[in-house]
Amino acid sequence: MSVALKGLRRLAPQLVTLAVVLALIGFAFPGFFQLNWQNGRLYGSLVDVLNRGAPVALLAIGMTLVIATKGIDLSVGAVMAITGAVAASLITSDMPLAVTLALTLLVGLACGLWNGALVAFLDIQPIIATLILMVAGRGIAQLITEGVILTFNDAGLIFFGSGSVLGLPMPVVLWLLFGVLVALLVRRTALGLLIEAIGVNRRASMLSGVRTRFLLLTVYATSGLCAAVAGTVAAADIRGADANNAGLWLELDAILAVVLGGTSLLGGRFSIAGSLIGAMIIQAINTGILLSGFPPEFNLIIKAAIIVVILVVQSPASQSLFVYLRPERRDATPVTRERPAR
Amino acid sequence: MASDVVRLRVQGASKSFLGIRALDRVDFSLRAGEVHALLGENGAGKSTLIKVITGAYRRDGGEILLDGAAIDPQGVTDAQALGIGTVYQEVNLLPNLSVAENLFIGREPTRFGLTRTGEMRRRARALLGQYGLAIDVGAPLSSFSVAVQQIVAIARAVDLSGKVLILDEPTASLDAHEVDTLFEVVLQLKARGLGIVFITHFLDQVFRIADSVTVLRNGRLVGSRPVAGLERIELVSMMLGRELQDEERARSGGATPEGAAAIRFTGYGKRGSVAPFDLSVRRGEVVGMAGLLGSGRTETARLIFGIDTSDGGQAEIDGTPVTLGSPAQAIAHGFGFCPEDRKVDGIVGDLSVRENIVLALQARRGWARPLPRRAQDELAARYIEALDIRTSDAEKPIKFLSGGNQQKALLARWLATDPRFLILDEPTRGIDVGAHAEIIRLIERLCADGMSLLVISSELEELVVYASRVVVLSDRAHVAELTGEAVTPSGIMQAIAAHEKAAAA
Amino acid sequence: MTKLKLLCGAAMAAALMTSAAFAADMTVGFSQIGSESGWRAAETSVTKQEAEKRGVDLKFADAQQKQENQIKAIRSFIAQGVDAILLAPVVATGWDAVLEEAQDAEIPVVLLDRQIDAPDSLYLTAVTSDQVHEGKVAGDWLVKQVGDKPCNVVELQGTTGSSPAINRKKGFEQAIAGHDNIKITRSQTGDFTRTKGKEVMESFIKAEGGGKGICALYAHNDDMAVGAIQAIKEAGLKPGSDILVVSIDAVPDIFQAMANGEANATVELTPNMAGPAFDALEKYKADGTKPEKWIQTESKLYTQSDDPMKVYDEKKGLGY
Repeated sequence: MSVALKGLRRLAPQLVTLAVVLALIGFAFPGFFQLNWQNGRLYGSLVDVLNRGAPVALLAIGMTLVIATKGIDLSVGAVMAITGAVAASLITSDMPLAVTLALTLLVGLACGLWNGALVAFLDIQPIIATLILMVAGRGIAQLITEGVILTFNDAGLIFFGSGSVLGLPMPVVLWLLFGVLVALLVRRTALGLLIEAIGVNRRASMLSGVRTRFLLLTVYATSGLCAAVAGTVAAADIRGADANNAGLWLELDAILAVVLGGTSLLGGRFSIAGSLIGAMIIQAINTGILLSGFPPEFNLIIKAAIIVVILVVQSPASQSLFVYLRPERRDATPVTRERPAR
Repeated sequence: MASDVVRLRVQGASKSFLGIRALDRVDFSLRAGEVHALLGENGAGKSTLIKVITGAYRRDGGEILLDGAAIDPQGVTDAQALGIGTVYQEVNLLPNLSVAENLFIGREPTRFGLTRTGEMRRRARALLGQYGLAIDVGAPLSSFSVAVQQIVAIARAVDLSGKVLILDEPTASLDAHEVDTLFEVVLQLKARGLGIVFITHFLDQVFRIADSVTVLRNGRLVGSRPVAGLERIELVSMMLGRELQDEERARSGGATPEGAAAIRFTGYGKRGSVAPFDLSVRRGEVVGMAGLLGSGRTETARLIFGIDTSDGGQAEIDGTPVTLGSPAQAIAHGFGFCPEDRKVDGIVGDLSVRENIVLALQARRGWARPLPRRAQDELAARYIEALDIRTSDAEKPIKFLSGGNQQKALLARWLATDPRFLILDEPTRGIDVGAHAEIIRLIERLCADGMSLLVISSELEELVVYASRVVVLSDRAHVAELTGEAVTPSGIMQAIAAHEKAAAA
Repeated sequence: MTKLKLLCGAAMAAALMTSAAFAADMTVGFSQIGSESGWRAAETSVTKQEAEKRGVDLKFADAQQKQENQIKAIRSFIAQGVDAILLAPVVATGWDAVLEEAQDAEIPVVLLDRQIDAPDSLYLTAVTSDQVHEGKVAGDWLVKQVGDKPCNVVELQGTTGSSPAINRKKGFEQAIAGHDNIKITRSQTGDFTRTKGKEVMESFIKAEGGGKGICALYAHNDDMAVGAIQAIKEAGLKPGSDILVVSIDAVPDIFQAMANGEANATVELTPNMAGPAFDALEKYKADGTKPEKWIQTESKLYTQSDDPMKVYDEKKGLGY
């Protein structure tokens, strides 16, 4: 079980950060850790964190893979709006739930393939390639909803927002399930290694026979699919598709979650579990601020301040500062260069 | 010639990093008007010694005497002021500034606080004129070749310091002609009485230009010798600490294997890249490929590995036509390719040695058929042992390995795929002598095992050792093929020269 | 033959259209911001209805949230020689030049639903609601509803720093001032969206002992209220009775909630800004009567007793 232990050590900074954030909130608001059983499900602020964090967690799963290839997907928020609109408009035109869900996921997949094609085949920089859909996506969603919040009352679809399974809200079940599924998929197959190789050195990977284009297409498609699930959850949560606001700025939270999770924006080594914890750190901060009762003018300042502290503590510079501050280890930095090869 | 005046003396210099001795009581002395080569495998302590001399590192012990007086430079600038200048392999100047600005940056001639550009250029021309360099000093530095940039860097360093010049692998990225130009400059400075420390991997250059040589190994001084009367084999064994018979071995690659070609290309070529050519490699044969930089060697490799697609022609394996549309396809047919630029095209730096070794095999199997972790560990362990890849751990990121060990890991990546045909582009460039010899032995062993190899190399002495045939390229075309007795360094150079002359006529 | 027929048909159609334009009393250009919300869409369709009712020939231009498009549209209205221009300005500044051009062409301009930073001599009048008044109407309803009983109110604000959020908060506070039994215990921004409304309401409920300490919810818009209603229900409470719900805007979905007894009251931000504008224009054209510089629209209060389902159906037809 050394692998599990190694994984834990890898995630230690994220777990510690999450624990500290939760402890701080618990200190300021003692009722935070209280859990009740109500209406057939767990109920409490902790569950709220898990539940409200679902869209960002879902987005972060796909975003992790994209960032691991040294890419970025700015379109996920807009894809959430599109897929939410598709789901709402299909269900209100009396499509069966299964057809609605299948088509919604298909649309998300198509959005991801579009991004992937721009990046993999036209060699457009990911930030530009996905910016196209980020800008156009809300317009497309508006067209589908015809500019209104498209409300629906289909119990089946609503279940994905406010239903519960085994006492957990459905969105929580979805992101846990999706996270485990994707993590298993990339780690039990060679996808993880090949994706990391592309992120570190795309040319060398291509020259080693890695099918870089296919893999890039795959990761962007996965990101689109995750956005579709997130879009469905967000729409089901409010029983309506809000083309203007669904997923607004969530791409940035998703990127932040990935970074907090310890995956470098320069690509390479990634951790889906880390990103999920990152998403929960962000949501814990959000929920904590809401519970705190501060005037809303301070929301963003508090959030920014906490995140700056976390990022500074996690940064490589301060890591080496810690090493430097340890006594008798003054020459720690140049060692990698000068240590004899033997 | 070298006088008996000792310009720089280092006594008992020591330096440790985290308890590891990078430099252990090393003595070194440099006379005025001498070129002193500093040799050693990667990690032997050459760079550490230089950095201790220039004050880039604080030394743990020992003393440094310049013209008999103890000095204690606090950094590169301080050392420069004392008279010790350094020029690194990667020229540390500002490529987008002009040559004149680079020469006088930080000490521009001024009047009323304004830079006197005309005066500065005049001085720059005069300064470079001493080195026989007549170039437009107003043009940006980046518009000149690396050799010219090196000379500019040297001119600046000498102008600033003037007693000791340290050249850290200055010839690593120069071609033969540029090396000649650089050496002329070095000889001139030597005549002026400067002491020159010259770090290199190329033994030929040591014998060509150095007066004495000092060898370091594992942070310790092995010895200092005058070059005159020094046997090449003695020098190599000083560096490696063991006798290396192969280094000076007579060429053995004469025997051309019999039989039909295993790999055959006919009419392969690409407009603007390399003219159509025919090429065949038999089983168990090493075909060499020689030519000057830009003659189309690498372009040929790119075509036959499917990185670029041929405009026409045909590729055959054992008589069966095949399509090579991408590296993945070429690899599926049992091809492998070690590229020239190891850092950019070869290693996947952040990944471990193990992952780098299994990468090509895993890519060929496809993502859905992962190599079990145990199989990966076994592969990595097997090749780390077989190729003597020096790493503390198979899980160490490959970027922390030395150049030679990275190259061996890349070879392991291809050997793991059990290839029938391996293309090696400059397999021994920029790696230390020990690894150098090992890679040559490996090439010979693979060939004996029946693998077909195509080796591109500028090291002609080396190429003739293992190649049974050598294809000569010039001006983006295959111009000659030498076999049997004709495969000698001079034969190859004559073939290149003959074509260059023909082209000029 | 067929070609000739087609040509004739086209010519006739063109002639008919011109004559229709001549038949109208007035040609009015309308530069709309876009269709960023249901309310905006409703405003557009109500304006078209009002124009048709009065026989006004309305030329409609959608600016897609861009001021330069609005300026272009106004210039083209001027070039076409319209009788008047309706402008729903996307931003408050930068209108002086183009309004002067309209003034030089003697075309009166009426601002709809938003004010601008420009001398009021440059436009005929502005038709807008009074956001402070809207908040006050909501507050007055709550004061009347709870009487002397103590009532802790939680407030869902609009986007922090936006003028509706500031004004609607101010009006509500004015209404409850002097009624010490009513207190705002928690106030957070819900960004005018359903998602945030729901999320913030969840945290309010947790923070106030499972919602038992909350007597009423005041939301700066209906969308946040709709989200909050779901949060209240999911917490096992009854919106509309356990927690009173009052909000502003009167979008259709809140009427459905009222019909279900889940919301109590809403204050209408009427999409009919064009009606009063046309009235003022007709008077001005007839005898030159200049209207006041600000025409305030009615902020009507709707409660569960106003047949919410009927209102819902009417509103739904407007494109909300």
